[in-house]
Amino acid sequence: MRKMLRLFVVVVIFAAFSGGLLAAVKSMTGERIEYQQLKFVKGPVLKKIMKGCSNDPLADRFKIKDGKEERTFFVGVFNGKRDIVALESFGKGFGGNIGVLVGIDLRNDKIVGIGVTTHSETPGVGARVKTEPSFSAQFKGKSIREPFKVRADGGQIDAVSGATYSSRGVCSAVASAGKIYLRLKPEILQKIKS
Amino acid sequence: MAKSAFQEFKKGLWAEIPPFRLVLGLCPTLAVTKSVDNGVGMGIALTFVLVCSNIVISLLRKVIPKEVRIACFIVVIASFVTVVELVMQAYAYSLFLQLGIFIPLIVVNCIVLGRAEAFASKNGVIASLADGLGIGIGFTLSLTALSIFREVLGEGTFNHVSVFGPSFQPFSFLVEAPGAFVALGLMLCIMNMLGKKK
Repeated sequence: MRKMLRLFVVVVIFAAFSGGLLAAVKSMTGERIEYQQLKFVKGPVLKKIMKGCSNDPLADRFKIKDGKEERTFFVGVFNGKRDIVALESFGKGFGGNIGVLVGIDLRNDKIVGIGVTTHSETPGVGARVKTEPSFSAQFKGKSIREPFKVRADGGQIDAVSGATYSSRGVCSAVASAGKIYLRLKPEILQKIKS
Repeated sequence: MAKSAFQEFKKGLWAEIPPFRLVLGLCPTLAVTKSVDNGVGMGIALTFVLVCSNIVISLLRKVIPKEVRIACFIVVIASFVTVVELVMQAYAYSLFLQLGIFIPLIVVNCIVLGRAEAFASKNGVIASLADGLGIGIGFTLSLTALSIFREVLGEGTFNHVSVFGPSFQPFSFLVEAPGAFVALGLMLCIMNMLGKKK
């Protein structure tokens, strides 16, 4: 019995030490990892959406509290004006959440471009929502107030063939980005001027 | 038994070089040697884990009860692997994306656990450090050699820089999964031939 106790105590101490060490490393690297993820995951998509902007939208970002969550907004400068913001939102896809960055023009609430950032859809099928330019191009120029739905659900977006489920995920992500944007617009306008 | 630390270090570089002599840890060997940077990155990550886990396990070898030693070893190894994973994410994110699942899989790499069980749990700190360093560097060298072979012939590039010019028709079979087995087999064959002569 005492032997059992000793084994138990040793393993517990080991696990506790390791937990402490990992927590320390995690908190030390957390900020850098966040930046790296922004750079490698969102960076390329953001560049596409903000094509032709004169600043670095990755660096030019601000956060707004939205209830319990914090939303990050990226700013794009065009013709010297801070008119375009991009935000990320998520929709349920076939293999999990699909992250979509949506760029919105602050002057008329119209979409300037969207791009998929993270997803775990089937390669070659659902994953085409990220790679097929004609799919994401459909969102361009549409007002953020529109109800985004695929045609099969009575909407106006053509789904990627064979990937209705994933396309639906992208649509719901864009729709939810629109809702967040409209809800937070006064604060966005305030932040962007400062 | 009283071998010098240098001897312990040296054996990992030739006499027991993994994965050619010590044929263990083949999963990452086969999977990540598609390009030179991946091979070297994997080797360095494994070396770090191996050295740290060898040191810690050798220090604690009198404290760890025999019955739960494997569990304790795994906790130690897994901690260092997670450290590597986090640091790599923070400072070498593209490498992290490339190596992906194979970084966490170092936990179950037989080389690391094997050295802990067979060496570090029976030897002193200095010897264990030398052993870990030797085996780790040996593994890095092997992966580098294998990935140079595969990338140069299979892709026509060295570390993503073209070597042979645009007219080269790459033997792309080598960078695919079956090519990994063939390349490893050839390497093992060469190593065995060299070994016999001595």
